[in-house]
Formats: sequence, C-alpha cells, structure tokens
Amino acid sequence: MSLLLLLLIPFIGSAFAAQLPTSARNLASSCAALVAIAVIVPLTLLYPEISAGNVVTERRTWIPSLGLDIVVRIDGFAWMFAMLVSCMGLLVIIYARYYLSPQDPATRFYSLLLGFMGAMLGVVVSGNLIQLVLFWELTSIFSFLLIGYWYHRKDARAGARMAFTVTATGGLALLGGVLLLGHIVGSFELDVVLAAGDVVRAHPLYPLTLGLILLGALTKSAQFPFHFWLPHAMAAPTPVSAYLHSATMVKAGVFLLARLWPVLSGTEEWFWIVGGAGVITLLMGSYVAMFQNDLKGLLAYSTISHLGLITLLLGLNSKLAAVAAVFHMMNHATFKASLFMSVGIIDHETGTRDMRRLDDLFRIMPITGTLAIVACGAMAGVPMLNGFLSKEMFFAETVFVSSHPWVENLLPLAATLAAVFAVVYSLRFGHDVFFGPPARDLPRQPHEPTYWMRVPVELLVLVCLVVGVLPAWSVGALLAIAADPVVGGNLPEYSLAVWHGFNAPLVMSLVAMVIGTVIYVVFAMRFKQRRGPGVPLLQSWNGKRLFDRSLAAITRLARRQQRTLGTNRLQSQLLWILLITAATATASTLIVPLEWGDRERVAVTPEFILLWLIGAACAIGAAWQAKFHRLAALTLLSVVGLAVCITFAWLSAPDLALTQLAVEVVTVVLFLLGLRWLPKRVEQDEPALSLRVQWRRRRDFILALLIGTGLAALSYALLTRNAPLSISPFFLEHALPEGGGTNVVNVMLVDFRAFDTLGEITVLGIVGLAVFALLRRFRPPREAINIPDQQNATADKVGHDLTRQADPSKALPAYLVVPAVLTRLLLPVAGVFAFYLYLRGHNEPGGGFVAGLVLSIAYLAQYIVSGTHWVEARLKLNPKRWIALGLLIALCTGLGSLLLDYPFLTTHTAHVTLPVLDEIHLPSAAFFDLGVFMVVVGATLLLLTSLAHQSLRAQRQSASTDESNTAKNTVNNTTPTEAEGSNHRWNS
Amino acid sequence: MEFVISLAIGVMAGAGVWLVLRPRTFQVLIGLSLLSYAVNLFIFSVGSLAIDKAPIVKPGLAANLLNYSDPLPQSLVLTAIVIGFATTALFLVLLLALRGLSGGDHVDGEEEKH
Repeated sequence: MSLLLLLLIPFIGSAFAAQLPTSARNLASSCAALVAIAVIVPLTLLYPEISAGNVVTERRTWIPSLGLDIVVRIDGFAWMFAMLVSCMGLLVIIYARYYLSPQDPATRFYSLLLGFMGAMLGVVVSGNLIQLVLFWELTSIFSFLLIGYWYHRKDARAGARMAFTVTATGGLALLGGVLLLGHIVGSFELDVVLAAGDVVRAHPLYPLTLGLILLGALTKSAQFPFHFWLPHAMAAPTPVSAYLHSATMVKAGVFLLARLWPVLSGTEEWFWIVGGAGVITLLMGSYVAMFQNDLKGLLAYSTISHLGLITLLLGLNSKLAAVAAVFHMMNHATFKASLFMSVGIIDHETGTRDMRRLDDLFRIMPITGTLAIVACGAMAGVPMLNGFLSKEMFFAETVFVSSHPWVENLLPLAATLAAVFAVVYSLRFGHDVFFGPPARDLPRQPHEPTYWMRVPVELLVLVCLVVGVLPAWSVGALLAIAADPVVGGNLPEYSLAVWHGFNAPLVMSLVAMVIGTVIYVVFAMRFKQRRGPGVPLLQSWNGKRLFDRSLAAITRLARRQQRTLGTNRLQSQLLWILLITAATATASTLIVPLEWGDRERVAVTPEFILLWLIGAACAIGAAWQAKFHRLAALTLLSVVGLAVCITFAWLSAPDLALTQLAVEVVTVVLFLLGLRWLPKRVEQDEPALSLRVQWRRRRDFILALLIGTGLAALSYALLTRNAPLSISPFFLEHALPEGGGTNVVNVMLVDFRAFDTLGEITVLGIVGLAVFALLRRFRPPREAINIPDQQNATADKVGHDLTRQADPSKALPAYLVVPAVLTRLLLPVAGVFAFYLYLRGHNEPGGGFVAGLVLSIAYLAQYIVSGTHWVEARLKLNPKRWIALGLLIALCTGLGSLLLDYPFLTTHTAHVTLPVLDEIHLPSAAFFDLGVFMVVVGATLLLLTSLAHQSLRAQRQSASTDESNTAKNTVNNTTPTEAEGSNHRWNS
Repeated sequence: MEFVISLAIGVMAGAGVWLVLRPRTFQVLIGLSLLSYAVNLFIFSVGSLAIDKAPIVKPGLAANLLNYSDPLPQSLVLTAIVIGFATTALFLVLLLALRGLSGGDHVDGEEEKH
C-alpha cells in the first residue's frame, strides 16, 4: 500500500466522521476504529522489511522550485512510534466510546481524534524537516481543539489557549531552527541531515539552531520552564489526556530530540541545556506530583517528570542512555495511558477525581483496582514491571556518567530523590484511593465499569507485565530496531534482564522504595488533609500566573504602542506615507546623485507647450476648486485627462491614447453619478479650527510643492540620462515571429504578459462585484432622497425615469426625443466599431480593453438619454454574467495550452483560409482578448449601472415614505406595515 | 519635450498630493485621479520619448528600440489606466457608503473634534 495513502487515511476518516450526525456515537466510534485498524495493518505488514534494518521511503514532488518533496520515511524508530500512535489510538477510540456521555457530540470528538492521529503520524514518518514542522503545528492545533472539546467550560477554554500559545510558539521557534539546520546542511531531507552531524556541530550557527530547535522540543514535551501548560491541559476529556498528553503528543518533543540525536547531540551545549532541563523537570515534576489532590493533576505532573527523565537520558550524550530513553518512551506510554484510563473509569463511576474523597474503592471495583495498582507499580519502578527496567537503565547511566565531579556525584542522588518522590505519589494513587475507610460523600454510587471500557486498560497492563517479566523475549527485538536509528546505526551492548545481580542501580531502587514507603506512611494522613492546592516550598512559583501576567503585559504593550504610534485619521496616515516616500526618494539621491544626462533631446513644439500650459493650469484649478465647486473641479480634471491622452498620442502610444480617452468618458459619467449623493458645502470654516487648519494647509502646500518639484526633477533626470539595457528589445523582436501580431503592446498584454492581464481583469471583476455588493446595502442620506430641483423642473407632461408617473397605464410623451433616437441609432454602430477595434487589436491599435470600453459607453449613452427603466425594459444586459463568462473564456484559453503540454497561456496562431474573406489570422490570444473584452464590458456596466440604480431606489423610497405618511393619516389603511418596513430599512 | 513632460508630471503630482491631504472625500478622490495621471505619465516616459515611432512592427523596419518606441512601459500603463478607473470607482462608492452611514463627507467619517 502506498505510504502516502497510509498518512492520508486518518485525515479522510476525520473528514468523514465530521459529516456524521452529531450523536452517532456507535457509528463514529466504529468508523474511527476501522480507520485505526486500516493504519495498523499495513504498518504491521512493513515489519519484516523494517526489522531487516531497511528504511522505507516514498516521495511525491511538493515545491520543486525550493527542492522540497513530501517524503514518507519509515525507519525502525519512526515505525515504533507510528505503531505506538496508531495502536494507542485504537485503544483510546474503544475506551472513549464508553467514556463519552450520550450528550457529548461524539462525531466532533472522533473527527478531531482521527485528525490528531494523522498529524502525529505525519510528525513521526516525515522524511523532510519542513513537512515535519507542518505536521507538528497541526498536532498543536488538534490538541487545542481537543482540550477545548467541552468549550462551555472556562477551564477548558483557558487550558486550550495556554497549551496552544506555548506549543505553537515553540513550533515557530522550531521552524526557525529547522530552516537554519537546512541552511547549514543544504537540504531539508532527513537522510541528508542525519548524515551531516559533524558539519552541523562544527558550524558557527550551531548554538542558535540548537536553541531554536530545543525551544520547540521542550515546549512540546512540557519541560521546565515550559511545563505549566500540561496540568491545565487536563481539562480535556480523559481519553484525550491519555492519548495526547501522556502517550503521544507530548512525546513529540522527546521524539524530535531522539530523531535529531545523531545530528545535534555530543556537545557541551546539548549536555547542559537538554540534561539540565531534563533533571530539573524530573525533580520538580515528581515533587509537585506528590502534593496533588486531583488524580489527573498527579498524573500530569508525573508525566512531566517522566518526560524530564527521558530528556535527561537523551541529554547525557551516551548511546546507552539514548537506548534507555527510547525504551522509557515505550514503557511510559503503556503504563501512563492505562493509568489515565483508570482515572477516567474512577471519575466516570464515582463522579469525582479528588483523592481526598476517594477511598476504599478496591472493595467496589476490584478489577479496575488491580489494573491501576499494577500500572502504579510500573510507574514507581517496582521489579517485574516494565517501568522498573528502564528505570534501572536510567540509574545505571546516572552512575556511570562522566562529567564534572560534582555532576557525577549529584546526578545519582537526584535520580534517587526523584524515584523516592515517584514511589510516594504512586502510593498515593495506588494505596490511598483503593484502600482505607469506606468513602462516604461520593457523588455517585460506584461499581465496575462496562466490560469494553476496561479492555484497553487490561491490554496495556498486560503489556506492562509481559515486558516486565520477559523483557528480552517480548520487546528486545523491537527496542533494537527502534533504538538503532537514534544512535546512528551502532547499537551499544546492553542486556534486557530483570536480574543483573546486586549492583548500584538495584541499591538505588531499593533505597527509593524504602524511603518512599516510609514517607508515605508517615505523611499519608497529612496529604489527605491538605486543603489548598499549593505545593510546599514552591508556593510562590506559579507558571500559570507568570504566563497570564506576561500575556497581559504583551497585550498592554501592544495597546500602548497602537495608541501612541497608530491613528484612525486618514489624513495623518497619508501624510506619513507621503513623507516616508519622499524621504526615501530623497535619501536615494545620496547613493545615485540626481543629475541630468546628455541623451538626445526630442525637439519641443509650441503646440505641445500650449497643451501643457492648459493641462497644468487645469490641474492646479482642480486642486483649488475641489472643495466648493465639485462640478468645476471635475471638468478641470477631465481636461487634464485629455491633455494626458493627447500626450500619449503625440508620443507614439496610440493604444494608450485610445484607452485613456475611453476611460476618461466612463470616469466622468461615474463621478457625475456620484456627485448627487454628496452633501452641500458651506463656504465657511469653523473659527475654532481655523488656526490649526491654516497651519495644516501651509504644511501641505509646502509638502505638495516639494514632492511635485522632486518628481519633476526625477523625471527630467530619467528622461535625459541614457537608459541602461532593458528587456524591451526582446518583446519588439519576438512580437511578430512568436506572438503572431504586429501591435507589440497588445501582443504583450495578451501573450507575453497574459498572466498579468488575467490577474488585472480578475481585479476588475472583483471591483465590479464589490461595488455592486456595497451599493446593495447603501443607505442614501435623508436630505438626498428627494428629487433635486433641476429634475422637478421638467414639464409635467413628459415622462422620464426620475419622476413618478401618476398613472402608469397612460403613456406620456418621451423626454429628450431627438437625442434619444440618435443615441439608439448609435448603438449598433458602436457595436460594430467595438468589434472592429477588438479584431484589429493584435496588429493595429485597439484590443479587448478599449473595445470593451467603447461598447460600455454605447450602452451607458442609452441609459443616460433614455433612462434606466426604458433601457432595462428592452435590454437584458446582466453584467455579472459578462464578467463570469469573460473570466471563464480567458481562463479556458490559458488552460487549453496546458492540455497540449505547453505552459499556461501559451498562444498558438492559426491561419485559416476562408472563401470570401481570404486568409484569416486567428491566434488563440484572440480568445483571451475576448475574455478581457467581456470582463471590461461587464465590470464597467456593473459599476455604473449599480450606481445609477441608486437614484431609482431613492425615488422608490421617497414614494414609500409619502405612502406611509398618507397611510398614517388615514385610519383605515391597507399597507402600513409594508411601507413602514421599507421605510425602516432605508432610513434607520 | 523632456522639460515640459517633467514639469507636467510635477504639477499634476503636486496638485494631487495637496488634494489627497485634504479632509473632504471628493477632494481626495480628485487628488488620487491627478496622482494616477502623474504616475502613469511618469512610468510611460521612463521608456523613451519618440514621435511617430508607435510600437507596431512594420515590414522592412528592423524591430529594435531605434525604430520603435519602448512597448514595455506602454503595456504597463495600459492596464494601470483600466485598474485605476476600477479603484477610483471603488473609492467613490466607498465614500458614498461612508456618506450614507455618517451623514458627512469627512474622510474619517466624523468631523474633527475641537
């Protein structure tokens, strides 16, 4: 089976489970279980190949330009972890079926659980570091969603947020570290990276890389000082805690440390940071665990301490220790998951997890009790159970560590101390809960759980026992193939046996057992009578409070910065943009001095000077008049536009001149339509503002003067200097032979830069739709609703768009008859002209843009002269459809070349000979240009007609206001609610 | 020619900048239009100023920059003109919506406080 498919199965299952009805508990759980089995079976079938020491890989191209592939790479270590993830997943799925109450949305739970399983599998089988980080972040997201599963609970939301903030921040650091690692090695492929250990360790960037990667790993595995999120993540449903927060996700951190062990370990930095974090976490976690009253809290801190133990082992820079770490990862997953599940059963049956209330449960739940006690034994490191074996290996490593003398002395002591604490908290769980006087105030009357809820626990505890009694037989081979890749292929000598003789590790174990039991016996009652949640000696140190405080401080800082640095005022924003642009442009003259060149000048003619005398005067006039005389300003603006247009024509740019001219027309119509809705201006400034306003005007005037001068100087410099080599000759040379057209500008638009044009027409279409959408919700201001005086001045006898007809059945003489007839005659002519422009575009000035504008102008003229009602009663234009069709045609033309194995939007030119028309030149770009044409028509019409419709709506509105007023006046009204309804819609 | 074009760009840009910094939406709209004229002309003139050398390849005339004006800035400006129209329209509609919501035509949606 394809390995990629294997990775996809959980995600497919997740998507499928999400579609099931919310309460389909049985269906969702059996579907999830099937998915887990569908992962386990093919993985199991890989065993022969993996056990032979092979690495199974499969790759699919991902981002070839960056040399990134999606690689599934399974070696012994990844295989062990994948099996752990999928088998544990299956057990949790079975368990959760009985754990969740019928009210819980089971499908969401299973969907997220399967999604997590997929993400975690992705982490362990990634053969590419970037891909690994991607899945890593995905596990954080699923963990967030699963912790917040009961999102109505405040602690669940807070815990989810905290876990996500910490682990995702770590993930970000990890991404940085991985990018650096890839930079050092030159590849993100795990195989290459694993082989480049010496290069990495000798590189000057090694400390930074290590720091970032460790930040990711330590946050994920809840290592000191980032451990505080894990206890709060216990707000999740217990199956989630068992799966994510003890067996798998929190192991991702130590997984990564082990995965990169051959690359990163072996240095002083590694020893001190990893080992240091590990030993502190080990001691702190086990110490705090003793004082927990909540069973899940106890297990959470115990998990933290065991993860610390694994981290410490990995930090010791010894191959044997790394093997022990791998072994402990496996053992911890089995006993801790079974303990979590037992806690879930106790919680489920008694209704509480508070150890102060739980007592004497063994009498009521003997089977669950036995299972939990055995698992506690494994946690404490009791002989004949699996926890004992890896703990012995750990003790041995601490005894034989070679480092500074005081490390050599203190480390075994610390290990023993942690083991003492572990014995105490294991006893608290195993003894205090199950024995003692009968519990009195339990919320529920407990009894043994349903059989299937216990099965997963039984299986896990069985594993603990078998591995504990017959280690070499049961787990020897598996450990060998899993640990082999971690230590880089040279497995050290070790022996998996229960009895190694009477040696130092055994003494340490025995000492820990004895002291731990004594402490428990002495202090058992005190533990039970503790009220507060605080921990002796560590009371003032509270990770959660620190986290909350720092978050609050960051938020405050951000707010303050926003207040001081930001503004809501557009004017100051624009001012800053302009100032910075001007300053940057000026600063650049320090590098390249602004001086004139000696390019051959083009002779100037008096006509051209006159043209721009008028143009400049109009530009200044527009600036001067824009405040109080909008129509004048608009007229002046359009004169400037015409001057630009003439300049284009003058200076050999016929296409630009054509387009500018057409755009000028639609812009003016657009502005005229908009003018109607602007408020009247009063020519008076408020006196209180005048001083500030005067100052601001002076400042802006100087700035405008400076920017204008600067831009003029820059432009003059550009125009007089000799231009460097440009890419333009390429377009000129290749337009005819390869683009098949003589009009180079048009060939560039529809061929060389067609992708760009496709983007531009998409923007055009989006703007059209955005305007349409915005205007649907438009509320005209109250005073603008009434028809302007000028329109009321038309004679009563004529009918036009803007006056409400008293009697619609009576036809009135039309308005502006002669221009209307002429304009209507113009429509087909304009259509032919547009078609002509479109056809000749490839070889002569013209093309889709200008053709589209010409056709839209012809339609707009109909609107202007005959009125919206008249036009829309006779023409079904539907501009939205034009946009959609145009985009579709342009896109399909582009995709057509893909079918023929050419890059997107490659043009093909066909020459067809027709009987009458002779030879016809038919490039595929013509179809693309047709798309451009249609989008331009659609967008322009949509823009302008939706604006034009506002007048009609406002008129309808004023009509309904009149109606509702009359309706209110006359008592026996007929349609007051409707009228008021629409009234409310528009006026409120 | 170069001098006139540069001055024209400078005047249009200056008038545009002045208007863009004004508080009324219509002023800003006119200012943006002027600025886009200036910028379009600027980009266009980056190529070369040439009279009667439209970039339309004629048979017998070698296709190089000596015989034809530069087509690259022209094609850039052509799309810029159309897009400029679209964004002007969008801005106009936005200011109308703002006018409908706030009742005024100050760019911030409310008159400046004293």
